[in-house]
Amino acid sequence: MQKARIIVGLGSCGIASGGRKVYEQLQQGIASRGLDLTLEETGCIGMCYNEVLVDVVIAAGTTTYKQVTPEMADRILDEHIVEGRIIQEWTVTEEDEKCLNRQQRIVLRNCGKISPESIDEYIEQGGYRAIERVAKEMSPEMVIDEITRSGLRGRGGAGFPTGVKWGFANKSAGDKKYFICNADEGDPGAFMDRSVLEGDPHSVIEGMLIGGYAIGANHGYIYVRAEYPLAIKRLKIAIEQAKARGFIGQNIFESGFSFELEIKEGAGAFVCGEETALIASIEGSRGMPRLRPPFPAISGLYGKPTNINNVETLANIPWIIFNGAGKYASFGTEKSKGTKVFALAGKIQRGGLVEVPMGMSLREVIFDIGGGTSGKHEFKAVQLGGPSGGCIPSSLLDTPVDYDSISQTGAIMGSGGMVVMDNTTCMVDIARFFLNFTQNESCGKCTFCRIGTRRMLEILERIVAGKGVDGDIELLEELAENIRRTSLCGLGQTAPNPVLTTLKYFRDEYEAHIKQRRCSAKACKELISFAIIDERCKGCGLCIKVCPTGAITGEKKKLHVLDADKCVRCGQCVAKCRLEAIIRVDRW
Amino acid sequence: MGCKCADKQDKLLTILSEYQGKSGGLIPVLQKVQNVYGYLSEDVMLKIADGLEIKPSVVYGVATFYTQFRFSPVGEHIIRACHGTACYVSGAENITQVMVDTLGVEPGGTTIDMKFTLDTVACLGCCGLAPVVMVDNDVYGRLNEARVEEILAPYW
Ligand SMILES: Cc1cc2nc3c(=O)[nH]c(=O)nc-3n(C[C@H](O)[C@H](O)[C@H](O)COP(=O)(O)O)c2cc1C
Ligand code: FES
Repeated sequence: MQKARIIVGLGSCGIASGGRKVYEQLQQGIASRGLDLTLEETGCIGMCYNEVLVDVVIAAGTTTYKQVTPEMADRILDEHIVEGRIIQEWTVTEEDEKCLNRQQRIVLRNCGKISPESIDEYIEQGGYRAIERVAKEMSPEMVIDEITRSGLRGRGGAGFPTGVKWGFANKSAGDKKYFICNADEGDPGAFMDRSVLEGDPHSVIEGMLIGGYAIGANHGYIYVRAEYPLAIKRLKIAIEQAKARGFIGQNIFESGFSFELEIKEGAGAFVCGEETALIASIEGSRGMPRLRPPFPAISGLYGKPTNINNVETLANIPWIIFNGAGKYASFGTEKSKGTKVFALAGKIQRGGLVEVPMGMSLREVIFDIGGGTSGKHEFKAVQLGGPSGGCIPSSLLDTPVDYDSISQTGAIMGSGGMVVMDNTTCMVDIARFFLNFTQNESCGKCTFCRIGTRRMLEILERIVAGKGVDGDIELLEELAENIRRTSLCGLGQTAPNPVLTTLKYFRDEYEAHIKQRRCSAKACKELISFAIIDERCKGCGLCIKVCPTGAITGEKKKLHVLDADKCVRCGQCVAKCRLEAIIRVDRW
Repeated sequence: MGCKCADKQDKLLTILSEYQGKSGGLIPVLQKVQNVYGYLSEDVMLKIADGLEIKPSVVYGVATFYTQFRFSPVGEHIIRACHGTACYVSGAENITQVMVDTLGVEPGGTTIDMKFTLDTVACLGCCGLAPVVMVDNDVYGRLNEARVEEILAPYW
């Protein structure tokens, strides 16, 4: 009989939810009970909202427990393992299962299933067989042809056909070529690449090996942002393991193909996700983008032909080689093939990672899979594509997720971050938030990107403060157009998008801020005040305790009063009040 | 009281010798040296320039380009409050405000007793658990104002 197994989800989100403590508690519990079973760890399956997840695998089948705490660990061991009784009320629900079943997992095929620190488990799933086939049976041209026919487009944001890109680098003459994996993932609100690197690092390495073979590169770099320590650790382990098995090194599968692989840690600069800036950063310089052409395929790292692909793009590659281009192309739409991983976050009920076939509607992703908004507030918009993208309103929820349909809305597919916002989020403030980000992250090379974003930010700051003036909207539009036209790289070219899309779909909010000094979301501090609803206040004193300025006074069990002059509108009292007795009201 | 300066100096020299003459070495050197000293002082940057045989202006130019590098001493514990999109819409600013009030420092600052440095960052990659705060290497998710005290308690 096979030994029972307990598997704990230990991706960053599992750990953040206390996964390590659960793991330790199980470890102790197993030892003290003298149980004969194996305790394993795995990456993120994508149900971040249910972390910590624990799988119990016994002969009778697999059971998944959700939101496990150390206190629950002992009961799981006693009842499930010792007595063989499943604790039904702690298991994932049918609803949760349904969300998984609606997905099509290609990139995430192994995430949350195998141990990311075990090369054997990866190999058991067919790992390193694609590179074996490539090295033994295929010419570089055949590989490129297969990837081109699959229709795979780059998942880093721009959506350039991967096979075509490899074709350029392959034809580019040079004694030395480089293959780079872009794992900078700077888009705030996106964590697809992190999860893949933490959950299935070998798939990315195998994708790079195949790519290196196809373009004739013998040297690879993985550029990972420094904020991802666990991803870096697991990549390092994976690289060592692959070296020990001869998948990385000299004469791989005796094909004459050799490949070395190194990790480069980023140092915190969003613009380094841009390919020419990334190259400058690997070379040890300031990460400033440069004019293209020449494209990296002609002159990249150290002036040599270089190919750059995103993590998710690469994780697709072994699957495509293994299952065939036709199978891959059977998913998706005419111009966007395959699947896309999205990171669902913000005001969403079931936040986490989902992988769906291209062409599914936003509504299905957000409502059917994500469960809609998290609180009692209504859905307002979804932000796609981060600082380069835009906010899509509820009227466009039936837009299919594919490169072209999303672009038509004014947003971009981007890397796959989907941040859901409800009607407590102010759209003008969100535009300000993104401009603040791009303004900070502009490398400063192009005048309009450096100064223009600053001017846009100042205008937005005064609008949210209730100091907007007539003509501000037009000024924003003019600046946006000029920044878009005169910036060298994607950062500047797309920086106005969050402003332009919110202006397009939520212009009334801008106008209300400027003309009536009113914020319909009641989010902009300068435009609201707080009020206590007399009938609801029971005088419990909780608000008095949290108020940092002593603006609320009153005796216990008696009506409390709020002094508007002392109030700094931090909102802590609203968060604390259980009776919803304190509300935000228009100030003007 | 043993001064660790000599120790650190040794480590600096080892790092420099490892990367001497290697292309693309400056950023890893800055990262490793910052791990030793906690920050990059002018003196240390001059030594790096010397060791790698490059101009001090290049070292300074690269170091100031990347947000990871610091130029003043840091506290014993570093708090990174995420202000990425997901955390922002989930109320990250309010949580940071509570920390500012509790610690008595603004983001970017260090408490007088050198216990905590408070920073804001753009995304920690745990957006599913927003709002998120990282203290040293530990990530805390699904926060609210009331939990700030609880998460800081073990570090006092
Ligand atoms: C400002 C800026 C930031 C970018 N950040 C990333 C990133 O974090 N990750 C990524 O894969 N691509 C990023 N890109 C896109 C890359 O320049 C490049 O197109 C991509 O890595 C190519 O890989 P792909 O063809 O597999 O998509 C960024 C582009 C710009 C302009
Ligand atoms: S936005 Fe805060 S962790 Fe990503």
